Amino acid sequence: MSDLPILSLVIWLPIIGGALVLASGDKQANVTRWTALIVAILTFIVSLPLWSGFDTSTAQMQFVERSMWISLFNIEYYLGVDGISMPLIVLTTFITVFVVIAGWEVIEYKPSQYMAAFLIMEGVMVGVFSALDSMLFYVFWEAMLIPMFLIIGVWGGPNRVYATIKFFLYTFFGSVFMLVALIYMYFKSGSFDILAFHGLKLTLTEQILIFVAFLMAFAVKVPMWPVHTWLPDAHVEAPTGGSVILAAIMLKIGGYGFLRFSLPITPDASSSLDWLIITMSLIAVVYIGFVALVQKDMKKLIAYSSIAHMGFVTLGFFIVFMIAQNSETASGAVLGIEGGMVQMVSHGFISAAMFLCVGVLYDRVHSREIGAYGGVVNTMPIFGGLMVFFAMANAGLPGTSGFVGEFMVIIASFRADFWFAFLAATTLILGAAYTLWMVKRVMFGEVANDNVAALEDVNRRELLVLGSLAVAVLVLGLWPAPLVEVMDASIENLVKHVVASKL
Amino acid sequence: MENIYLIIALSPLVGAIIAGFWGGQIGRAGAHWVTSTGVGISAVLSLYVLYGFITGTNQVFNGAVYTWMVSDGLRMEVGFLVDNLTAVMMSVVTFVSFCIHIYTIGYMAHDEENWPSESLAGKNSYQRFFSYISLFTFSMLMLVMSNNFLQLFFGWEAVGLVSYLLIGFWSVRPTAIFANLKAFLVNRVGDFGFILGIAAVAMYANSLDYAEVFKAAPGLAGTQIEIFQGTSWSLMSVIGILLFVGAMGKSAQVPLHVWLPDSMEGPTPISALIHAATMVTAGVFMVARMSPIYELSETALSFVLFIGATTALFTGLIGIVQNDIKRVVAYSTLSQLGYMMVALGVSAYAAGIFHLMTHAFFKALLFLAAGSVIIGMHHDQDIRNMGGVKKYMPITYWTSLLGSLALIGFPGFAGFFSKDAIIEAVHHSNIAWSGYAYFMVVVGVFVTALYSFRMFFLVFHGEGPRDEHAKDHLHESPKVVTVPLILLAIPSVFIGYFTVDAMIFGDWFAGAIHVLPEHDTLAALGKTVDSGNGMLGHFYATLPFYLAMAGLGVAWYIYMKQPDLADKIKGMFAPVYNLLDKKYFFDEIYQAVFAGGSRGIGRFFWQKGDAKLIDEIIINGSANNIGRFAGLVRNIQTGYLFHYAIAMILGLLLLLTWFVII
Repeated sequence: MSDLPILSLVIWLPIIGGALVLASGDKQANVTRWTALIVAILTFIVSLPLWSGFDTSTAQMQFVERSMWISLFNIEYYLGVDGISMPLIVLTTFITVFVVIAGWEVIEYKPSQYMAAFLIMEGVMVGVFSALDSMLFYVFWEAMLIPMFLIIGVWGGPNRVYATIKFFLYTFFGSVFMLVALIYMYFKSGSFDILAFHGLKLTLTEQILIFVAFLMAFAVKVPMWPVHTWLPDAHVEAPTGGSVILAAIMLKIGGYGFLRFSLPITPDASSSLDWLIITMSLIAVVYIGFVALVQKDMKKLIAYSSIAHMGFVTLGFFIVFMIAQNSETASGAVLGIEGGMVQMVSHGFISAAMFLCVGVLYDRVHSREIGAYGGVVNTMPIFGGLMVFFAMANAGLPGTSGFVGEFMVIIASFRADFWFAFLAATTLILGAAYTLWMVKRVMFGEVANDNVAALEDVNRRELLVLGSLAVAVLVLGLWPAPLVEVMDASIENLVKHVVASKL
Repeated sequence: MENIYLIIALSPLVGAIIAGFWGGQIGRAGAHWVTSTGVGISAVLSLYVLYGFITGTNQVFNGAVYTWMVSDGLRMEVGFLVDNLTAVMMSVVTFVSFCIHIYTIGYMAHDEENWPSESLAGKNSYQRFFSYISLFTFSMLMLVMSNNFLQLFFGWEAVGLVSYLLIGFWSVRPTAIFANLKAFLVNRVGDFGFILGIAAVAMYANSLDYAEVFKAAPGLAGTQIEIFQGTSWSLMSVIGILLFVGAMGKSAQVPLHVWLPDSMEGPTPISALIHAATMVTAGVFMVARMSPIYELSETALSFVLFIGATTALFTGLIGIVQNDIKRVVAYSTLSQLGYMMVALGVSAYAAGIFHLMTHAFFKALLFLAAGSVIIGMHHDQDIRNMGGVKKYMPITYWTSLLGSLALIGFPGFAGFFSKDAIIEAVHHSNIAWSGYAYFMVVVGVFVTALYSFRMFFLVFHGEGPRDEHAKDHLHESPKVVTVPLILLAIPSVFIGYFTVDAMIFGDWFAGAIHVLPEHDTLAALGKTVDSGNGMLGHFYATLPFYLAMAGLGVAWYIYMKQPDLADKIKGMFAPVYNLLDKKYFFDEIYQAVFAGGSRGIGRFFWQKGDAKLIDEIIINGSANNIGRFAGLVRNIQTGYLFHYAIAMILGLLLLLTWFVII
C-alpha cells in the first residue's frame, strides 16, 4: 500500500477523469454524470489511506514523492502531507463527491464541462495542499483560478462577468507578490523546497517584505477584511456547486498558506506584525457579523458569515506570539492553531451545507431573496429540519462541529488578551442573530406566497447530500478527538519552530 | 454504577430519536409511549439513585464517559459527577418531566387544530412535540450530571436549543417565532459571558474538570488580573461574575429577563417543564455547583445578591397587572428565581436548591393547572373572561389552591420552608447589599400573595365565567391532565416538611456545596431554629407570614368584595400602572437600541464600509483610475508622424541640455 504514489493518484485521477468526462461530451448526459460520480468516489476512496495510514506520532512529511521536474531551475515534483494538509485533502475529496451529486439534474447546460471543471478543480486543490515544492505549489495555486473562473463565468448568475473579473483580478493581484517572494527565496536558498525555506535564515526586513507579499496572496484567499468584497459577489453569481467548493475548500487554501508559508518562513515578521492580523481577524468577526445581519440575499448572508467564521481561523493562528509572551511554556498556542484548523474543516462542512440548502430552494423558486420566502417548513418539513440544524451549527451550537473550533479559539485567545476573547465571543450573539433571523424569515411563519405553497420537499438525492453532511457535522461536534489527534504532532512542531526566532 | 447513569441520561434521548425520526411510522400512541417510557425509566432510576444516597449506600461518582478532545494538555471530557446535589436535581427533572409527558397526551391531543390544514409541519406535530420534550430531558440531565465545564456548556446550550424549538413550536404564529428568536438571542448574551468565564477558568486552572478546578481555586484566590490598562481585578470575582452572566440569561434575571414572559407563546406543558421547573433553574444549580469559586469572592456574591433581589421584587410587581393567565405565572416564576439567586448571594446555596426543588413542583403544578383551565376555556387565556371556574373544574381548582398556598409560603406547605429559610438567611447575612435584599424579599412576600390570589380569585371564584360562550364547553379536563396535577400537588404540599431537616438543617449537601464559615448564614439560622418543626412552631412570630396573609386578604378584598376598587386604584396610580403594564419599558428599549441599533450598524458598515469605501472607491476606483490613466496615455499614440517627430526632437533637446549641463 505504502508503495503506491497515493498523493499523485489523488491529484491526477480526478484531473484525468475530468478530461475523460470532458471528452465524452453532452450527448449522453447520464453517462457523463455517472462517470463523474465514479471518478469522484474513487478519488475519495483513494484518499482514505492518507488518513488510515497516517502516523500521528510524527511531524515529518508522509507519503512523500520526490523527483526532478525542471532541473534547470531545480524545480521538483515534490509531494507530501503532514497533519495540517492531510485533513484538508480528505475534506476536498469528500466535499467533491457531494458537489457532483448536487449538480446531478440541476445542471442541464453543458453538464460534461461542468462536471469536468469540478473534477479538475479537485485534483488541482489537492495539488495545492500536497505540494512541497513552492513552484509546484504556485502552479497549482494559479491553475485553481481557471476552473473556478469558468464555473462562475459559464454557469453563473446574471451579473457573472463582473463577479468573475473581480474574483480573478483580486486573487491574481495577491498571488503575483507571492511569486516574487518565492523567487527571492529561490535565489537565497538555491531551491524551491518549502521545507528548506522553513530553515532559511532571513533578516527582519527580508522577513517583513516576504510576510507582506504572502499576506497579499493569502488574505485575499481567506478572505480577510478589508480584501473580502470579491467573495459575496462571487458567491451570489456562482452556481451552487461553485459556491460550495469556494466556501468549503478554496477559502481554506488561504488559511493553509499561513501555516505552511507565513508562520514558519517568517516567524519574526509574523510576531512583529501579529497585531495587524489579529485586528483584521477581529474586525472580520464583529464588523462582518453586523454586515451579515442586514443582508437580503441568502447567499450573500452566508458568504459574509463565511468571512466572519474565517476570522476565527486567522485569529487562532496569530495569537501564538502573544500567548508565548504571556507564559513561558506557550501553553495555549497549540490550542489556538488547532482551533483554527478545526474551524476550517468544520466550516467546510457547514458552509457547504448552507449553500446546498440555499441551492435546494433556488432550484425550486429561482430566487435567493429572503423576502421571497416564508413558512417553507410548512411545505418542506424534512428540509426544514435539516436547514435549522445547519443554521444552529453555523451559529456554533455545542454538539455540532461549528462549536468546536470557535470554542478552542475563544479559550486560547483569552490567554493572549481578555479583549480578544471578548470580541471573538460576540460571534455567539451575532452569529446566532444573523443565521436564526434568516431562518425565521425563510422557514417559519405562515406560507408566504404561491411559490412556497407549491414547494416539494427534498428528494432522495438532496436528502442524501444534506443528510451525509449533517452526520459529518454531528460526528465532528460530538467527537473531535480523532481530528485533533491527527494534526497534533505537526502543530506542536510548528509552534516550537515558530516561537523560536530566526534572527 | 456508571451504567445506571448512562441509562438515566440516554433513555430519554433514545425515545426522542425514535419519536423524532420515525414519528410518522409509530404514530401518536407509539410516540407518547416510547418517550414516556424512556423518561419513566430515567425517573425510576433517578429516584433509586437518590434513595441510595439517602440510605448512604451510594458513593459519589465522578468519572469520564469518553474523551472529547485533548489539545495542548487541556483535557476535555464528557463525564458524570453524581453526588447528593446531582441526585436531587436528577430526581426533580425526571419526575416533573414524566408528569409532563403524561399531561401532554391530553394537552396536545387536538394539536392539529393549531395548524393550517395543508401544513405538512403540522402533520406529525404531536410526535415531534414528544420528541422535543424528551430531547430536553436528555439535555437537562447532561447539564446537571456533568463533571466539567465543557459538558455543562453543552447541556446549557442544548436546553436553550430545545427551548427555542418549543417556544416556536407553533411556527405559523408570528408571536411564537418572534418569542423564540428573542429567547435564543437573549440567552446567547448570557452565554457570551459564560464562555468567557469558562475561558478564564481554562486559562488559570488549566483544566475544565470541576474537581481539579475547585482544588486549584483556593490557590488562585489572591490572583489579580488586569482587564483595563492599569486596573486590578480579583480573578475569582471576574470568573464568578462572568459565569453568573450566563446564569442571568438562562435563569432570566434582570436585565436579561425579557425573554421569559414571551416564552409563554409555547405550549403550556413546556412552560411548566422548561420555563418554570427545570431549565430556568439551571443558573441556580450552576452557581450552587460552583460554590467553591463563589465563596472566594464576596464581590461576585454581592453581585448575585443584588441582581436576584432586584428581580425578585420588580418582576413580582409586574405580575399584579397581567391579565394573561400564563403570564401571571411567568412573572411569578421570574420573581421566585430571584429569591433563589438571593439565597445563593448570601451563601445559603442549600436554601437556593431547596427552593428550586419545592418551586419546581408547585410551579409546574400551577402551570399545568393554568393549562387545564386553558383547555376548558378553549385556549382563551385572558383571566378577565374567566371566573367561577371552581364549580366546573373541581380537581383543577383544589390542586391550584394547594399550589398557590405553597407559592405564597402558607405555613406547612413546601414553599413555606424554602422561602422562610431564604428570608432568614438573608437576615443573618452581612455582605454588601444584604440589607437591600432583605427589604426586597420581605416586600416580595406580600406581592407574591397579592398576584397569586388575585389570579386565583379572578379565575375560580365569583360569578362566571364572564365569557358567556365558555359555559357551553367548560368542564373538567381528562384524567391524563388531572392525574399529573394530583401527582404534583402531593410534593407541593409535603416535600418541604419532609426534606427541610436534611437539606437546610442537616448535612445533605456537605460534600457537594462548599461554604466558608464566615459566610454560613444557614448555620447562623440553625442557632435560632433547628428543624422544620421549629420553623412551623414559630410561624406566627415571623413577618413574612403576616405579609403573605395581608396580600391574600388584600386580593380577596379588592377582587371579591369591591370589584370596582381595582379600577379606582388603577386610575389613581395611572403612571405606576402604566410603568408596570409596560414592564418598565424594557422591551421597547431593547427593541429600539439593540435590535434597531444592530441593524443600523450593519447597514452602515455594509453600505458605507463595504459598498462605498472598499468597493467603489478602492477596488473599482483603482480599476477606473487605471482605465482613466490608460485613456490619457492613449492620447499620446495619435498615429500622426509629426507628433512623433516633435516628441523625438524635444527628447533629443532635453537629453542634450542634460549632458551639456552635467
